[in-house]
Amino acid sequence: MTSAAKHTPLYQQHLELNGQMVDFAGWQLPARYQGVMEEHHAVRRQAGLFDVSHMTIVDISGPQAAAFLRRLVANNIDKLTTPGKALYTCMLNEQGGILDDLIVYFFAENDYRIVVNAATRDQDIEWINRQSAAFDVQISERPELALLALQGPRAEEHLCRQRDSLSEAIRMLKPFNALRDADTTIARTGYTGEDGFEIMLPADQAVTLWQALVQDGVTPCGLGARDTLRLEAGMCLYGQDMDASVSPLESGLGWTVSWDPEDRDFIGRTALAAQKQQGTTQKLVGLVIDKRTVMRTGYKVFLGDQQVGEVTSGTFSPTIEKPIGMARVSREVQDQCEVEIRGKRLAARVVRPMFVRKGQIQDGIV
Amino acid sequence: MSDIPKDLRYTDSHEWLELQDDGNWRVGITDHAQSQLGELVFVELPEVEDEVGSGDACGVVESVKAASDIYAPITGTITAVNDNLEDEPDLINSDCYGDGWLFEISAADDAQLAELMDAEAYSDLVAD
Repeated sequence: MTSAAKHTPLYQQHLELNGQMVDFAGWQLPARYQGVMEEHHAVRRQAGLFDVSHMTIVDISGPQAAAFLRRLVANNIDKLTTPGKALYTCMLNEQGGILDDLIVYFFAENDYRIVVNAATRDQDIEWINRQSAAFDVQISERPELALLALQGPRAEEHLCRQRDSLSEAIRMLKPFNALRDADTTIARTGYTGEDGFEIMLPADQAVTLWQALVQDGVTPCGLGARDTLRLEAGMCLYGQDMDASVSPLESGLGWTVSWDPEDRDFIGRTALAAQKQQGTTQKLVGLVIDKRTVMRTGYKVFLGDQQVGEVTSGTFSPTIEKPIGMARVSREVQDQCEVEIRGKRLAARVVRPMFVRKGQIQDGIV
Repeated sequence: MSDIPKDLRYTDSHEWLELQDDGNWRVGITDHAQSQLGELVFVELPEVEDEVGSGDACGVVESVKAASDIYAPITGTITAVNDNLEDEPDLINSDCYGDGWLFEISAADDAQLAELMDAEAYSDLVAD
């Protein structure tokens, strides 16, 4: 623990709710309040609230903002044709390795916002500033904004109760779209596989909204449930399921790379195109073990006597009640493999890495 | 504040021991340990007749977020294991000193028992 541990505007709330505080990328954040299971189920069945204010919000504007983003990220921001629309993308290095994954919000012509990971903040900002040198753009971090994630099938009704004047607009808001109201941005996005919202707003308003939502019965949730929920939903965690040593094509994220138009020269395109042509040697898959145990990050994956990969994220799925994980394995792995757990090899089924969405266990998982 | 029954003995790795009528020692993990781990989802126990040495890792308890080894608190032979934990590992969370016990062991060396902590010493340990 360093004395420089950073606190979000909700820090006092976490202490008052008996959050078990842990260090995450230099931030003091709750791992859990009551318990991971309870918080997990609250999001799948009702509504849960996460403080994700540690994430880095950066506004990108200026005459060449769009041109800059066309170069900076692998997905194509020209898909963002209506104000408020959001896009999930990777930011690559010249070798096609993933520097970070992020969401780009389009607010108006040459007025964008990106939200990047806290753990990669320093290198992201440095990279973005360096890449922007040739463009007429302003890059401004927004550290004064807090970020709350309200997730679960009842998220909408809870948010509408707190934002009465916006309730019609909130109900109409489509997935991966955002609306703005004064200093507040409400986006229908999340990291749980449930309906829900990510709300960016000034710190003092965030505290008020947090308290009101908790008062209204929303379950406060910590990083533990955030991890089990995103893993069940099959969403990658940067630094764990992917990093600069792998490309989107090796991370189940080929769908986020926009190859059209052919002349859009995004950073990493040349290397990635070469990899695509040659074919990748490894892939990211989902694994399920039909036995009571827990899959953990770093466990080795075998095909016969040969180690063919490693579990990148593993847990015990609270919804499925089985060990699940994501693993990066060689191309030849098909339907079955084995995972080594404390010296023993257990049979694992290879599945599409999307285990639970909208409260439902997906086909082929159990 | 965690629950620390007066009549048990304790280790610095957060196991408790209770003398049984047959002279064997029943072993579990403390309230402090279970609350630090969170809801347990998997328990791996030693097998009956396993011989274990004091301090040996002889089992594992796992929550969603963490796996933690269980250490044999004394040298001896395993005489019983709590099979109910296989299907209901969360018995350790709900009743760590009762239905959530882990295994029983016959002590090979009574001198080791004198080195275990009493409730007061264990309270001081977890208060730090």
